Amino acid sequence: MFRYIDAARHGARLVTITIDGVATTVRAGETLAAALLQSGRPDSRTTAVSHQPRGPFCMMGICFDCLVSIDGWPNQQACMIRVREGMRVERQEGCGCIPLGTDALPGGNDEASL
Amino acid sequence: MKRRYDVVVIGAGPAGMAAATTCANAGASLLLLDEQDAPGGQVYRSIEQPGLVDRDVLGPDYYKGEELVQDLRRSQVEYVPSATVWQVSPEREIAFSVNGASQVVSARQVILATGAQERPFPIQGWTLPGVMNVGAAQILLKQSGMVGEGAVFAGTGPLLYLTARQYIRAGATVTAVLDTTPISNYWRALARGFDGLSGWESLRKGLQWKREIRAAGVPIVEGVTGLRVRGDRCVRGIDYCQHGRWLHLSTDHVFLHQGVVPNINLTQSMRCAHEWFPRQLCWRVVTDAWGRTSLPGVAVAGDAADIAGAACAPHRGVIAALGALQQLGRISNQDRDASAAPHRRALAREERFRRFLDQLFQPSESFLVPRGADVLVCRCEEISAGRLREVIAIGCEGPNHLKSYTRCGMGPCQGRMCGLTVTQVLAAELDRPPAAIGYYRLRQPIKPIGLGELAALAQVEAPAPVAFRSKVGAS
Repeated sequence: MFRYIDAARHGARLVTITIDGVATTVRAGETLAAALLQSGRPDSRTTAVSHQPRGPFCMMGICFDCLVSIDGWPNQQACMIRVREGMRVERQEGCGCIPLGTDALPGGNDEASL
Repeated sequence: MKRRYDVVVIGAGPAGMAAATTCANAGASLLLLDEQDAPGGQVYRSIEQPGLVDRDVLGPDYYKGEELVQDLRRSQVEYVPSATVWQVSPEREIAFSVNGASQVVSARQVILATGAQERPFPIQGWTLPGVMNVGAAQILLKQSGMVGEGAVFAGTGPLLYLTARQYIRAGATVTAVLDTTPISNYWRALARGFDGLSGWESLRKGLQWKREIRAAGVPIVEGVTGLRVRGDRCVRGIDYCQHGRWLHLSTDHVFLHQGVVPNINLTQSMRCAHEWFPRQLCWRVVTDAWGRTSLPGVAVAGDAADIAGAACAPHRGVIAALGALQQLGRISNQDRDASAAPHRRALAREERFRRFLDQLFQPSESFLVPRGADVLVCRCEEISAGRLREVIAIGCEGPNHLKSYTRCGMGPCQGRMCGLTVTQVLAAELDRPPAAIGYYRLRQPIKPIGLGELAALAQVEAPAPVAFRSKVGAS
């Protein structure tokens, strides 16, 4: 498990996000991938092909293994995004689905992948 | 934001920052685009706001980045962070995405400073959550002040030892360092002893890191010839082979590293000429003395060209910038050559030691071409080395052929994690040099973007779709 080396640092502003529905407090300005890693589970998604678990691997935006769903939108790179208060994060299953009725996807498509 | 610039620099690492600052200080209109949300690149990641207070943890080399960023902030460079460049045309039209909205600018000169990425390290279990690149572990330390307890560092190269030592200084426990440097490399490097001595200071530093790691009670296991990561849903441990014997270590974190290679996705997608670089076992873009590629008005600076490291990157950035300024008619040939001379001298000093390092830390064939049939090569499409060998055996002759047979390299990372391995597996199986095998034919966009974003770009002809502006240093 990942931990902060200065766990007791004063003045670090905190925000609350939910990860798979569980409210989690993390430092403001943290990357979402770092927030996931310190939450105690190293996985961020399962693969689209054989549903194997994956976690953040490169932390620089090239491996695409840290894909999560943020506020309902799948396929977001957790290592490239900073946490925001109230952010709703789900570990992504497979290729990631946009729920039916999402305004941004007219025409009734219920699935979108990269 | 303008629609047209004298120079657009892509990448705000040490080479890109130096190139941008040099051009802007010479009066050229300059746009600097970078995918990260703060300048520094990976080597100086988060340099303006490090995740830790104690400067001894990362050491003075990291904080050398401060000066480059300060120079950038003082200049008239128009700097756009969080900008993902997804296309550059041969006519130097640059398309990039910020916050889900794209726009296009054009440049008379383009300098690509897109840096390096870690060389793929395909071993059994390298896809398990808990396995990361050493560079990723270091990014978490620099940016977030975070460590993974009880980690095993495995592989070869200076970054392996540097990061293990930073971990120890940060107060983390480290289970072991497993060094895969082939013993024969030491003899080959020794034959270059004189080059090694040219970098005496760096050598001394490296030996000091090793001493510090040992002094903390962390075993350094040398001559490791095999690795496999154990675990079901995440890492539980790692097996390693030394002197023909397999041993096991329990751990939640495995950090892998076997050097870095140029990030070639953009130059490949632009169809710049590339060549195989045997000394560093990688592809590199063909450049002249000013970093200019085979495409007019397109230059490459820093480790995106070939690996020379952070100390060389600013010099290479300045040289590319001087070349661009001369092309723009802002400086004469004589001024360009005179200004470049001290930078060339600095690079020449580093070059000899780089040759020594390349020799010493050249990865072993067994970690470049996975022997095990079930080792995944393409992480995205989950294509194993065994599957690749099957299709090669039935007549598949090249990376693109292999792509259409298996989907290898067709996932979201666009071959970044498998491309080199695929070239090397094909070379080994067909007994041909990598240069004769070639690389994936990459296409733009080089990073995934939404269809809606693309459609919005087509509709908006003149004005930029979003009003963002991050002009620095002008206040």
